[in-house]
Amino acid sequence: MSSQPQAEERVAFALPLTMSGASTHFCPGCHHGIIHRLMGECLEQNGLGESAICVGSVGCSVFIYNYIDVDAVEAPHGRAPAVATGVKRALPDRFVFGYQGDGDLAAIGFSEIMHCANRGEDVTIIFVNNTVFGMTGGQMAPTTLLGQNTTTSPKGRDMDKDGAPLNMSELIASLDGTAYSSRVAVNTIKNIKQAKKALKKAYRAQNQKQGFSFIEFLSACPTNWKMTPLQANEHVGTTLMQRFPLGVFRDTVE
Amino acid sequence: MNAQSDTVSLIKGNEAIAKGALAAGCQCYFAYPITPQSDIPEYLSGELPRQGGEFIQAESEIGAINMLLGVAACGKRAMTSSSSPGISLKQEGISYLAGSELPGVIVNITRGSPGLGSIDPSQGDYYQATRGGGHGDYRMLVLAPSTCQEAYDLTIRAFDLAFAYRNPVMILGDAILGQMKEPVLERRETVDTSQEASEWALSGAKDRPRRLIKSLYLADGALAEHNERLQAKYQEMHKEQDWEEFATQDSQVLVVAFGSVGRIAKSAIRMLRGQGYRIGLFRPVTLYPFPSERLRELAKNNSLITIENNAGQMVDDVRLAVRNVSDSAFHGVMPGKLPSAEDFLTPILHVWEQNSQIAQAAER
Repeated sequence: MSSQPQAEERVAFALPLTMSGASTHFCPGCHHGIIHRLMGECLEQNGLGESAICVGSVGCSVFIYNYIDVDAVEAPHGRAPAVATGVKRALPDRFVFGYQGDGDLAAIGFSEIMHCANRGEDVTIIFVNNTVFGMTGGQMAPTTLLGQNTTTSPKGRDMDKDGAPLNMSELIASLDGTAYSSRVAVNTIKNIKQAKKALKKAYRAQNQKQGFSFIEFLSACPTNWKMTPLQANEHVGTTLMQRFPLGVFRDTVE
Repeated sequence: MNAQSDTVSLIKGNEAIAKGALAAGCQCYFAYPITPQSDIPEYLSGELPRQGGEFIQAESEIGAINMLLGVAACGKRAMTSSSSPGISLKQEGISYLAGSELPGVIVNITRGSPGLGSIDPSQGDYYQATRGGGHGDYRMLVLAPSTCQEAYDLTIRAFDLAFAYRNPVMILGDAILGQMKEPVLERRETVDTSQEASEWALSGAKDRPRRLIKSLYLADGALAEHNERLQAKYQEMHKEQDWEEFATQDSQVLVVAFGSVGRIAKSAIRMLRGQGYRIGLFRPVTLYPFPSERLRELAKNNSLITIENNAGQMVDDVRLAVRNVSDSAFHGVMPGKLPSAEDFLTPILHVWEQNSQIAQAAER
């Protein structure tokens, strides 16, 4: 942790108290770290550090509990929305959030996320979409773009054999239990600021018990995309956003 | 404890389990419909919310067991129930509960298997229940009621054991138990369980360091150490061994049977006792831990026959228990067929004859 500021010095940038300060295990250029930071800041600014319960998932996202320093439970692969449902029903006054990647949420956990949203559970799910199974080595995910080469779609994702990418934010926005569904990115300063606003809105939806809140973060995966960090960051804006437009798809938060 | 007047009601085994859960202070219950256990969610969908609890008809068996995992992480009492095919789907979650050391009660009112099988009685899930069922080297406490009263009492005990050991506990019944009606004496006292998980449960990191509940151990040697700790806990569970003995004071042949088959075997033994045959019954109530020590002792003076509504599963545990001392014959009624006491007479008498021949040979 940083030393105490001297007289006439002013803290311009401190680690939120909701974060552990551990160095991340993520690859250079990965966006998970930025997303963690935003979540930690919003938890602190909303005074939620002492009431928050985090539900981890399986994949690169599993280690969120090493960085966000709040009570946490690890869910089986894809099951975070069901586990979060249990936590919230047991402790309705706590702030409950899940953190899932695209393989976890959109493939093996598709049923759990859709029904959690449809029941209008007062929980917040953060969805990190980098279009691949990252931890396992870059295999095709339900969000892999058409034509995108992965280790299990070596000739590119084929519409006829693999189907089209799933747009989870739009799907979840179609459900009546959803109070807030939005897609954001952290590839530019402007988008980071916008993402933080979206997080605060989602947190408010939960705190006011208005229903299910969902935020999809587009995220770079330089390692599995076989790009440099800068190329991957640019790829989010030039390519991912064509299939996955940023925006708010449902907002009934008062 | 707040004692009130006890009541007796004529209810199904499934309802007895549901009422037992309420008496045990179950706060959340999640399930997916499947015959022959659907009376449990039907009952609790009304009663649990009336008593301030949470009921969700889950989107799937997988959803239900993971909702239970979430409640368990908060240190609250929760239950799920299903029948054989549904229990197969829950195995992933049960393994995570065991690996994360989380308490919860899982009810399996078994049906004919494999596959979709039938809705007839079966004891075909004994291996699955007692060997863990999901991935990994874990164990669950498994309680096998044979009457509606026992279903009620053991459900209460299941919650206490789950929290005492921070481990999943299974109630293993079958379609006979779930669907038959018997008088059940209900316990009318409330037990304060509010502090039973205060040392480890998640509640938000207020005025204490944050808590983490997980089953992932990647650091060098960490998982082995975790497994050592789990195995020590499973050894500790052996003191929970429980069983029923019937007519064992002078028996020469001992029938070993659990659950519904145990009570049917008791009827067969009564018939044979009436004809002068000295037959006894050993009915394991805890299937894990298996009551090995007492059975081994009884095996010194008895020839054994194990009877099950399957092709022979518990008989493995019986033979392990009596190894180097004795052995056990086996009679199996296939899943899908309702066993009757008359079916058991010939196989038991066959062991009796063999036993008599051995005794005569020894005298000569």
